[in-house]
Amino acid sequence: MIRLEEIDRVFEVGDQRVHALNDINLHVEPGEYLSIMGPSGSGKSTLLNVLGLLDRPTSGHYFLSGSDVTSLSEDALARTRRSDIGFVFQFFHLVPRLTAAENIELPLMLDGIAPAERKPRVDEVLDALDIRDRAHHRPDQLSGGQRQRVAIARATIMKPAILLADEPTGNLDQASGKEVIDTLERLNASGITLLIVTHDQQLGDRARRYVKMVDGCIVTDQTRG
Amino acid sequence: MHTRDFIRLTGSSIIMHRLRSFLTSLGIAIGIAAVVLLTSIGEGIHQFVLAEFSQFGTNIVAINPGRVTTHGVAVGVFGTDRPLAMADADALVRIPHVRAVVPVVQGNSEVDGNNRQRRATVYGVGPEMPTTFSLTVAAGTFLPLDNPDAPRALAVLGSKVRDELFGNANPLGNRIRVGGDRYRVVGTMESKGQVLGVDLDDSVFIPTARALDMFNREGLMEIDVLYRESASASEVVAGIKRVLTARHGKEDFTITTQEQMLDVLGNVLDILTFAVGALGSISLLVGSVGIVTIMTISVTERTGEIGLLRALGSTRQQILKLFLGEAVILGALGGIAGLLLGVGGAQMLTLAVPALPVHTPVSYVVFAVILAVVIGLIAGVMPARRAATMDPVEALRAE
Repeated sequence: MIRLEEIDRVFEVGDQRVHALNDINLHVEPGEYLSIMGPSGSGKSTLLNVLGLLDRPTSGHYFLSGSDVTSLSEDALARTRRSDIGFVFQFFHLVPRLTAAENIELPLMLDGIAPAERKPRVDEVLDALDIRDRAHHRPDQLSGGQRQRVAIARATIMKPAILLADEPTGNLDQASGKEVIDTLERLNASGITLLIVTHDQQLGDRARRYVKMVDGCIVTDQTRG
Repeated sequence: MHTRDFIRLTGSSIIMHRLRSFLTSLGIAIGIAAVVLLTSIGEGIHQFVLAEFSQFGTNIVAINPGRVTTHGVAVGVFGTDRPLAMADADALVRIPHVRAVVPVVQGNSEVDGNNRQRRATVYGVGPEMPTTFSLTVAAGTFLPLDNPDAPRALAVLGSKVRDELFGNANPLGNRIRVGGDRYRVVGTMESKGQVLGVDLDDSVFIPTARALDMFNREGLMEIDVLYRESASASEVVAGIKRVLTARHGKEDFTITTQEQMLDVLGNVLDILTFAVGALGSISLLVGSVGIVTIMTISVTERTGEIGLLRALGSTRQQILKLFLGEAVILGALGGIAGLLLGVGGAQMLTLAVPALPVHTPVSYVVFAVILAVVIGLIAGVMPARRAATMDPVEALRAE
């Protein structure tokens, strides 16, 4: 599914070179549940951006479903993101002026799918995430947990193979966080590859595979039975 | 992306910031309204002046003595050119398609009649004058056909001269003095009003030969030729040239067709319309700066949204189009509002000041709306490009 080979990511900050990712090698099989942890500045967000094709590595190769995506054009990367990768963010990133249903529809709109075809697909995820009755509310009329579930619905509507979550519970209370994690794990159980970046040790411990990063390097990579 | 979704995404942003969008569009609206209103006035004046000019008829060719040289000066007055004589005018009658020929001498003289005096313009003209210049005789007759070289001392009064000298009394058959000579009044003219500053009503018409004597002139000031509507001006001009060149031995005269005069006048008036339009465009420019400003702010505010759209897999081109679309909609809304304002203003102006000619041509209306859209497009390019080239990682971090 995901294969990173000798990935480096170097930022130029002023005249200093910051090695955000240092010789990262990582293999992720389809359907895995993986948590990435580490202190601030350890490079876990950069790793997630590279995995999500939002950022290009300085050197190394990234194979996604067998093909090398390191050298793809900007537009090809956009198409791959659209079809293969779903993002869940700490701050939800919902468009405030669109309703929940419209927010969920966004990837379908960008893909040019006909409105008639979209309706059943949106209904399906609304039901799956139990937010049907909130479909026509705007984000500011939703609770934090509901917002994150709308975001998850949006991330999964294209049926991507991979779901990347960056601190998905970081901005939620305990109960809502629990709900969101349950939702994500349920999706993982139905086959989606789930990668969660988090500070939360408790959350990190739930994943079957645990990766710890320090200073741009993977220091721990263990799979629990 | 489907057009409907495109409109939903751009439109929702405009609706969300109602006041801001309204004010931005207002800038364009004022500009378009100014352009439409000012060009309407310009075009109205254009049509008004041309109508004034062509009320004498359009199938007229004027011949003046002297050749306009490359120096642009008619040297007939000083040079060796032969003056236009009465005989030249007579000769022109025989040219094909010519309906009437009027030899003209014009001057200013004291007119006495009915114990009153008035200084008036004196026109020495031929009997064909009313036919040629679409003038109407009010009472009596115009100057009759006479021996052109020794015509009788008859005069026709313009309506204003008649009113001033005779009031309500009937002037027909009365004696008047023009420049000291005695004339008998045989007719009066209908009022024609002022035409571009020339008041034909404040005039007295006498036979050309007598006017030549009175003003002590050697030749005519102008010969006006009326030709049949079915004939072409160039054909008639060629005939006149042939006859006069044969008589004078060289081309020492200048022929001006009414068409040419109208063309020149039309060009001048077009420039006038263009100039006032350009004046209005300045406010349009200010309006477009408003769009640039608001779109730049909008891009900055929505950095997070741009990052999100990029993460969801939109291409740079889609982002570019979304923001360009928004700018174009702002421009178009302003354009349509401005158009209504401008056309409405023009109508109000017609009601308020009926004397001011106002005319809004459809082509200008279409042009104004297209202009507003193009302005929106151009104003949107810079902010939209900024949005499209944003780094998605940076953009996502913005929130």
